[in-house]
Amino acid sequence: MSENQNENQNDLGDTSADVTVPPETGTAVGSVERFQDPGVPEHKKRLTDTDPRAAKRAERTVTLLFVLSILGTIGSIVAYVMVPPDGTTAGVRLSTLLLGLGLAVSLLGIGIAGIHWAKALMGDHEYVQERHTLATQAEDREAAVNDLNEGLADSGVVGRRGMLKGAFFGSLALFPLAIAVPLIGSVGGDWNISKFKHTMWKRGMRLAIDPSGRPIKATDVTVGSVFHVVPETTEAFRETHEWITEKSKAVVLMVRLNPEDLLTDQSPEGEDWSYEGIVAYSKICTHVGCPVALYEQQTHHLLCPCHQSTFDIADSAKVVFGPANRRLPQLPITVDSEGYLVAQHDFAEPIGPSFWERLK
Amino acid sequence: MTPWRPRLGACVGVVLRWYRFMTEKLKHSQRDEDIFVKALAARRHHRLAPVVLLLLALLTTGGVYAALAPSTAQAETVSTADIETGKKLFQANCATCHGSNAEGTDGVPSLVGVGAAAVDFQVSTGRMPMQMNGLQAMEKPRQMNEEQTAALAAYVASLGAGPAIPTDEQVDASLGDPSNGMALFRTNCAMCHNAVGAGGALSEGKFAPPLWDTSERNLYQAMLTGPQSMPVFNDANINPEEKRDIISFLVEQRDGSAGGASLGALGPVSEGLWAFVVGMGLLIGAAVWIGAKSS
Amino acid sequence: MSTATHDTNREAPAKPTTTVGKAADYLDQRTSIGVAVKEFARKIFPDHWSFMLGEIALFSFVVLIASGFFLAMFFEPSMALETYEGEHPANMHGQLMSVAFASTLEMSFEVRGGLLMRQIHHWAALIFMASIVVHMMRVFFTGAFRKPREINWIVGIVLMILGLAAGFTGYSLPDDVLSGNGLRITDGVIKSIPVIGSFLSYFVFGGEFPGHHIVPRLFTLHIFVIPGILLALIALHLFLMVLQKHTQFPGGGRTDKNVVGYPALPVYVAKMTGNFFIVAGVLVLMGATMAINNVWNYGPYDPSPVSAGAQPDWYMLFLEGSLRLMPGAGTEWVILGYTLPLNVLVPAVVIPGILFTFLIVYPFVEARVKGDDKEHHVLDRPRNVPVRTGLGVAFLAAFIILALAGSNDLIATHFALSINAITWVFRVLFFVGPVFAYYITKRICLGLQRKDRELVLHGHESGRIVRYANGEYIEVHTPLDDQERWLRVNYEAPAPLEIAPKTDARGVKRKGYGADKRWQGLSRFFYEDRVAPVTPAEVAHSHGEHDEPNGHDQLNGSERQAVEAGVGTTSREH
Repeated sequence: MSENQNENQNDLGDTSADVTVPPETGTAVGSVERFQDPGVPEHKKRLTDTDPRAAKRAERTVTLLFVLSILGTIGSIVAYVMVPPDGTTAGVRLSTLLLGLGLAVSLLGIGIAGIHWAKALMGDHEYVQERHTLATQAEDREAAVNDLNEGLADSGVVGRRGMLKGAFFGSLALFPLAIAVPLIGSVGGDWNISKFKHTMWKRGMRLAIDPSGRPIKATDVTVGSVFHVVPETTEAFRETHEWITEKSKAVVLMVRLNPEDLLTDQSPEGEDWSYEGIVAYSKICTHVGCPVALYEQQTHHLLCPCHQSTFDIADSAKVVFGPANRRLPQLPITVDSEGYLVAQHDFAEPIGPSFWERLK
Repeated sequence: MTPWRPRLGACVGVVLRWYRFMTEKLKHSQRDEDIFVKALAARRHHRLAPVVLLLLALLTTGGVYAALAPSTAQAETVSTADIETGKKLFQANCATCHGSNAEGTDGVPSLVGVGAAAVDFQVSTGRMPMQMNGLQAMEKPRQMNEEQTAALAAYVASLGAGPAIPTDEQVDASLGDPSNGMALFRTNCAMCHNAVGAGGALSEGKFAPPLWDTSERNLYQAMLTGPQSMPVFNDANINPEEKRDIISFLVEQRDGSAGGASLGALGPVSEGLWAFVVGMGLLIGAAVWIGAKSS
Repeated sequence: MSTATHDTNREAPAKPTTTVGKAADYLDQRTSIGVAVKEFARKIFPDHWSFMLGEIALFSFVVLIASGFFLAMFFEPSMALETYEGEHPANMHGQLMSVAFASTLEMSFEVRGGLLMRQIHHWAALIFMASIVVHMMRVFFTGAFRKPREINWIVGIVLMILGLAAGFTGYSLPDDVLSGNGLRITDGVIKSIPVIGSFLSYFVFGGEFPGHHIVPRLFTLHIFVIPGILLALIALHLFLMVLQKHTQFPGGGRTDKNVVGYPALPVYVAKMTGNFFIVAGVLVLMGATMAINNVWNYGPYDPSPVSAGAQPDWYMLFLEGSLRLMPGAGTEWVILGYTLPLNVLVPAVVIPGILFTFLIVYPFVEARVKGDDKEHHVLDRPRNVPVRTGLGVAFLAAFIILALAGSNDLIATHFALSINAITWVFRVLFFVGPVFAYYITKRICLGLQRKDRELVLHGHESGRIVRYANGEYIEVHTPLDDQERWLRVNYEAPAPLEIAPKTDARGVKRKGYGADKRWQGLSRFFYEDRVAPVTPAEVAHSHGEHDEPNGHDQLNGSERQAVEAGVGTTSREH
């Protein structure tokens, strides 16, 4: 049997690849030689239709469910009064639970009662209703087209008055500009997209620990440790929106490697951007901008928890896995006279994800 | 250096230990007639008097001891005997990989200068001794008891200066500020360990473990020593008070979630899964019930 | 045509006596509502559990509006910074945060029932999207999108996209770290768009990311613009459903010209109302017992932190997965100094573009390759349209693989696997999985159709073995009853399109032949492999197969073969 079917399959492929089935054969199969619709199946009576006791029972169940719903509502109100949340985790959890359970019982009671009522007690005879073709009747359609034509003729725009039409559509098309121009003018702030290319890092700016803001001495950075770094600023500035916006470009991740582990960094010829094995790289992923923060001390790999782009800190933060394409920009660092780590200058390239004008 | 502050747990522990020790002694004394007990019992002439007295004595001694004794293993004077024991343990359990002088071998770190904290963390969480080489040492039932661990830690600490085991006060969550701990945790830890310490994935099959069952002392030691993939957070980066704040935040997480079942605290993915399993499950079930013809 | 004559022609209705009657009379005299009641009160709706899926979506939306109203009373969409003075939760006390985040904390910890409402709202959002997707699956696999419902299918897709937008804008409102990183990823995706990307980013954020405009802007979108359009389109969606009357599953007496079911009043009104309360009840139950998006776990937005398990809500997970899978090496192009980051553009713009385009054009393509211009009100059983079912499952497979890829870090930790290995497996699966799913599903459908044929031709196995006088044993098969048989034969198995020849009678090349040829190729893909329904003649032929001692298995086999080739027994014989 199954062999037969397999053969059928092959036949199908072969025959219909070049020869389509003649349509008249199709209609023959479709109309003449088809089974007849047996009609709507016979109605079967339910237990509640035939047994009055079952009907009574269903009625009682429905009533009980409605009462349960009322009890749920009352329970919810009682919980509101008796169990105020004290703000602690457990207190809020209990209050939420009790209020919610009361409301859930109250809603589910009504719902289940309603459905049970409909299924057990309301009529369950199936009815047949005719459908009408959705398309309008021919004469109605004609009348509609006539009406439209008459309307158009009345308006006088048909045919000859080209200037009028032009002015009409022109004015309609242009008036939104009076709203759009001021909106677009302001909606993007100052529209100065060149800000993408710079951060607040400046020559001599100290590196500080995020979020405490303590400046970091080179001696503090031991091998294998990782510092989440922000530029040192005033406490007051750190409580402004400007800070959050600047921080979202300026955050840096700094680690110290054994000097023999540090293969290479991004310093150009004749410069040294790292300091005794301490390297600082932008924490903003070059893929779509997540903070790349997951540093594996043993492999020197830096992993982005959002999309798993992996960068090798020991090898100029180049990409070793994942969707990022470019290495993380390096922040050139050195120490100041007091031994604190400072930036040599801003990043040499725009940080974060790529954008159209990035290299312009 | 170490503050002498009695803690309930330590008190009870010490009392229990003394009680066990003394009951052993008591059994002994019934044959051997301990002078102290005998003297007391002779005067009171009651069969149970020695026991009662002993208990009283125990409680007093225990209390006094707990009040006065330094509360951590680290502060106990490390005797040369301990170091000797530790060395023997090291030779037996660790030297195969770490080298007979803990100098490390190819791919296995040297233990000179890692400090007692690292040893205590690795051994008390069962990570060391490792059963086999793997991507990362897994947590398992500890292979060495407290005394052995202390001896081993003492031996390794004697090889070179390194971070010491934290005091009870340093890891006392009730003294920390969970709010500051939260701020530090999310900047320094959450990217690997998840926002509330549920753990997360690292590259190539390694992972950052969940932190809810980790003891306070181990949490502190992990930050201080940076086991395996984890970076080191020295005291200049996160100072001891800040480390305690982080512990305080993590201990708070043991209360669970204010909203109800925490669903693993894994974020939107587990929420979505539960929405389908519970929510859509119940609602489609209800729809099938509504759509079914009643019999 | 004066009103006077009009009125005199009509019989004046009797004066109502009851209170309800009077009220109805009052209303009717002013609105002629009687016409509407007459039209709709006993309107027939077909019944099937899968028709409730859209209802679940509708009712979750109602719950969203109700709980959203509650939340809007307490939420302050401001990014002004303040120090949180509240004592609870303890891990937030004294931290600097936006007013939006602080008000979220206050409504959760100080407003009674506030956290409950937040959780209900969020669960309802997840269920809203889930039920939309499952509803769409039902519509797709049963062919309910066919004429005349193509417009409503498009409306439905727009509703789904608006649902995504509503979810995304709401998710970002509390201004926490998790959603903030989501916004940051969005910003990265926006920036990747060629030419206008950077300006678009400024447009959205009112300057550089994150600025202090985004929460109020999202709030306006979330509580005003998007729900407004959603409401209007839901109304249109339902209006079209009522106008076109609901589709029905195939069965005895159900045709494209009628609708078989229960009257709106009372059965449907009761069932719909009941279902509303059940949906609301389940959502409340979830909100009461299961924590969702407890934002104090993530803390107020700060550009530096990020947490493991940084993912969007499930309905955006496919985009997250798409971003995770795309390899970065060699996929950022620089053309004339301008940067084109394909590693972002392809997964975040092109892939979802392809998925949504497939959904939008599918009904039109199917109608075209079938050459179908008829109205369809009886649904298809998915097995009877193997290629459509296969394509649908392939689509789902792609969607699910992307969503799983978006959860690869959790898969790694929970199944002790390497995240890099998982990523590679999904990279391959994304291409192989849908093809495999398509092929398997199509084969299963064809197999089920053959099984149906077997049943119709030979009936059910009865388990009764009969021995004939000549010693032959056969198993008696019981024939199918009318209803059961009708269900299995009442479908079409159309043949691929036929096209006019390349040249006309005079040998002149026909215009548009190439296009026709391509459509025909596509039509072959759809309808080449097919199993035609059994005809009465076939049954008559096979009848008594097991009654006759000398069985005709061989003969029947060859005839089946002929029929399955779409030719039909009759035509072969004549």
